Amino acid sequence: MENPQHNATENRLEWWVGKLLRTGVIVSAAIIALGGAIYLARHGLSSPAYGVFHGVKSDWSSVSGIVGSAFHGGGRGVIQLGLLLLIATPVVRVMLLVVGFAWQRDRLYTIISLVVLTLLLYSLFGGGLS
Amino acid sequence: MNILELTTLIWLGSLFAGFLGALTGLGGGVVIVPLLTLVFGVDLRYAVGASLVSVIATSSGAAAAYVKAGFTNMRIGIFLEVATTTGALAGAFVAAFLSPSIVAVIFGVVLALSALFASQPRRTHSDPRPPDPLATRLRLDGSFPAREGTIDYKVRGVPGGFGLMFLAGGLSGLLGIGSGALKVLAMDQVMRIPFKVSTTTSNFMIGVTAAASAGVYLHRGYISPGLALPVVLGVLPGALLGTHFLATAKTKWLRWVFAAVILVLAAQMIYSGVTGKL
Repeated sequence: MENPQHNATENRLEWWVGKLLRTGVIVSAAIIALGGAIYLARHGLSSPAYGVFHGVKSDWSSVSGIVGSAFHGGGRGVIQLGLLLLIATPVVRVMLLVVGFAWQRDRLYTIISLVVLTLLLYSLFGGGLS
Repeated sequence: MNILELTTLIWLGSLFAGFLGALTGLGGGVVIVPLLTLVFGVDLRYAVGASLVSVIATSSGAAAAYVKAGFTNMRIGIFLEVATTTGALAGAFVAAFLSPSIVAVIFGVVLALSALFASQPRRTHSDPRPPDPLATRLRLDGSFPAREGTIDYKVRGVPGGFGLMFLAGGLSGLLGIGSGALKVLAMDQVMRIPFKVSTTTSNFMIGVTAAASAGVYLHRGYISPGLALPVVLGVLPGALLGTHFLATAKTKWLRWVFAAVILVLAAQMIYSGVTGKL
């Protein structure tokens, strides 16, 4: 690299990104496990129905529904909250890149990472493309 | 069978799928979807949804280890993610209009091709093409640490690589897999990025790509909490074990055995799709 200062900033950014991703995975796995324990304790002896597709109900398929359901202590709501956090970790990673590139005054890559971030947020909050 | 028993069995299967995925370098998703549909009779749409979130988990879980080594090229990664996330959204969009049988056949074909590609020895002959001026303008060229000092590299074939990344994203969104094999193919063979940089950057991109389609799948009700529970919590430790095993054991013959297992799974997926069993 022609600019060692530049490289040092980039390495530090990468370190933070790695740290963030790992923490995100550990925390969301813990939440999923907690929700799983509640779910299995309540419904473990019922019959499963994964063979026929009828879609998950809206309490567990939208960001607001999931947060509401999780705060009521529903097992499946808590699992979905963990999954939502898991899906959010790469999104936060891209946010960190936006900040990092803007910090370096790298206009081209700030825009490129903003494009990716927009696509991700659209997917997460956009309501299923239909 | 009640939910507790089924969850335990799927957890064990996912542990194995994560292990196999890491060992073959194909990722957990390629084993999870056939396992859930063929063995446990799960609807393909739920299987794809559960697989996608497990793909994010393994990608993010492995990233911390890779980042430390300094191989990941963030510019290449984020630039190509424009293509993979657009492709992933397109794939998730198309998935709603295709019948599970067709998706199963596409899955089988992609699985077979990736298994064949992964078992091929890598060609490393030098490339006669000059470095791509587009790569220079986008400042994609980089360097990585090696035993003999820092090695610089130039990137080639940017448009071709970008196009393949769109396809990789589309398959990821349609099939619930990480498309790691295709991403590495695009970077290593088309763009001539050094193999280590290609694989680590690919791993980084997989999570972002899968997140782009996971949001859509979540809203469509494809991500079932009861199913994602054993799949995510199984694939994650399985993949970590597989990576550890890969680093310590001589795995050449083992990779061949697993490539054969994956080919059988691929044939089964195609057969089930064609006969309309899924």
